Amino acid sequence: MGRAPKTGRSRRSPAMSVLLHGTLILASLIAIGPIVWVLLSSLKPGYAIQSSELTLFRDTTLANYRYVLTETNFPRWFLNSVIVAAFTMAIGIFLSATTGYAVSRFNFPGRRPLMMVFLVTQMFPVAILIVPIYTILARLGLINTMPALIVAYLTIAVPFCAWMLKGYFDSIPTSLDEAAALDGCGPFATFWKVVLPLARPAVAVTAFYTFLTAWGEVAYASAFIQTDNRFTLAYGLQQFVPQFNPQWEYLTAAAVLVTIPAGLVFFFAQKHLVSGLTAGGTKG
Amino acid sequence: MSTVTADPAPSSARPGRSARPSRLRRSWEKHWYAWAMVLPVVVVLAVLIFYPLFRGIWLSFTNLNEANQVAEICTRSITGGEVCNDNPNKWEFVGLDNYVRVLTGEVGEFWQWTGTTLIWTFVCVACHFGLGLGLASMLNRPMRARGLYRVLLVLPWAVPAFVSAFAWKFIFNERLGLANALLTAVGIEPVSWFADRWTALFTAIVTNIWLGVPFMMVALLGGMQTIPSELYEAAEIDGASAWQRFKNITLPGLRPVSMTVVLLGTIWTFNMFPIIFLVTEGQPAGQSEILVTGAYRAAFEGIRNYSLASTYGVLILSILLVFSVFYRRVLRKQGEVW
Repeated sequence: MGRAPKTGRSRRSPAMSVLLHGTLILASLIAIGPIVWVLLSSLKPGYAIQSSELTLFRDTTLANYRYVLTETNFPRWFLNSVIVAAFTMAIGIFLSATTGYAVSRFNFPGRRPLMMVFLVTQMFPVAILIVPIYTILARLGLINTMPALIVAYLTIAVPFCAWMLKGYFDSIPTSLDEAAALDGCGPFATFWKVVLPLARPAVAVTAFYTFLTAWGEVAYASAFIQTDNRFTLAYGLQQFVPQFNPQWEYLTAAAVLVTIPAGLVFFFAQKHLVSGLTAGGTKG
Repeated sequence: MSTVTADPAPSSARPGRSARPSRLRRSWEKHWYAWAMVLPVVVVLAVLIFYPLFRGIWLSFTNLNEANQVAEICTRSITGGEVCNDNPNKWEFVGLDNYVRVLTGEVGEFWQWTGTTLIWTFVCVACHFGLGLGLASMLNRPMRARGLYRVLLVLPWAVPAFVSAFAWKFIFNERLGLANALLTAVGIEPVSWFADRWTALFTAIVTNIWLGVPFMMVALLGGMQTIPSELYEAAEIDGASAWQRFKNITLPGLRPVSMTVVLLGTIWTFNMFPIIFLVTEGQPAGQSEILVTGAYRAAFEGIRNYSLASTYGVLILSILLVFSVFYRRVLRKQGEVW
């Protein structure tokens, strides 16, 4: 939780208060509106969604959820997504933390080029370079496997996370490292026992970011995975959108189910989002 | 070797060697753990990013596609043996042909897509930044329900991009969407959003703004909290108005954060694939495509044209590289060391 600037600095007039809260309430409504609308729609039967009448509730039913969970391969896709996202998250945190720490603390040759490389990787048009990546993964025998997705997602998420963590590590005084070194800790132990625990907010943001990258990615998932029982959610959901007749009622229900785990991760990370991202941004 | 006992430097242990290997060695001894820590990332990036990049650059000078990729055509003869002949139409080096074809508009609509991409990127990033800054400065003051507002405002970030795309496509659906229902409710004619280039682009931009503001807001809010509150107190004692405090303390204090997030935001938005791809699908008739989605459709619909895809990839990367070099140069001129 960030500190608010000192209370009582500026006393607001009632009009200003109304304006402030009014704006924030409006903005919050816009922020959650689409989510709520999809949630409400998912509880309506198909014919109610298809009608152009504006209603919040109509013949409320869980039938769409029942259909998605029992009549489709959704649970399987869900499990696949959980596996891919969990591994991406765990490996992603580890790799970004070690890299971020090395770049933050040690002035080794190759440090600045590495930071530049991280920025350049963000410029890659994923959708277009998908074919060369496909060729390599095929040569490694990884096509249609989950490691292919995990590795691909790491290349998207790790550069940004390492960048962010580097900024956060920069804000942790190096005197702590030196004290640990005097106590006989090697560089790895210092990192693991002293610096990493202090960087918990930034690690939380990394967890959130890596999870979300893996959870919501479509292009790689559709290119590298070919059999139905290995689809991830992002790609499996496309099955509900046939060219001419989208099945909105199932799509909305599935969308809600997909969003729940992301929401859970968000819930645990949100306390740290502001402080975790801060230093990463300031130090770039 | 009279100094053997006196000289503590490790290089003295190897008399007669030039300074270079020992410097390498010392560098290794000093930095090996740093290199060990970054090695896994470097390997993964090298294999999955840089090899594809260089291969992509090479492919953009060939005419490789799905149909001509095999080097030999093998036919089974009547006797059961296999006869292989060289493929007469095998892919080959074609020089700058792909670039000429793309840039002259022989394939695709490069210039139109670039124009759309520039509008899309500029509008999205400007709105992300403006709205993010506004909301962050509202949240950066003591008030009731501050934590609740913050959670609600950041929530769109937690929604996977493809789900947001579906949600907004659903809302902008011409027949059963919320947007038209609301318009009808206040007495305005429903709009067929995807029948016109600008309204189609509008839906995509709205989606992307909704999706991207939380990141900017959180980053800027974090930046604001690093500004020492003594600065504000001093300014207040000097009688500075709220606007003056914002202009002279908040904005300069946010500079480092802003510079980074604007650069990142620009790059991310420029290459934002799923929103355009899923929300407008290029409607009407490909007029709302941006570079990445247009290139994707041009190269991968029908016979997959790998060389064309690579050509577009190289062009997009070049545009972004030029932009960031230029951006950094401008910053440096203004005294930013980043």
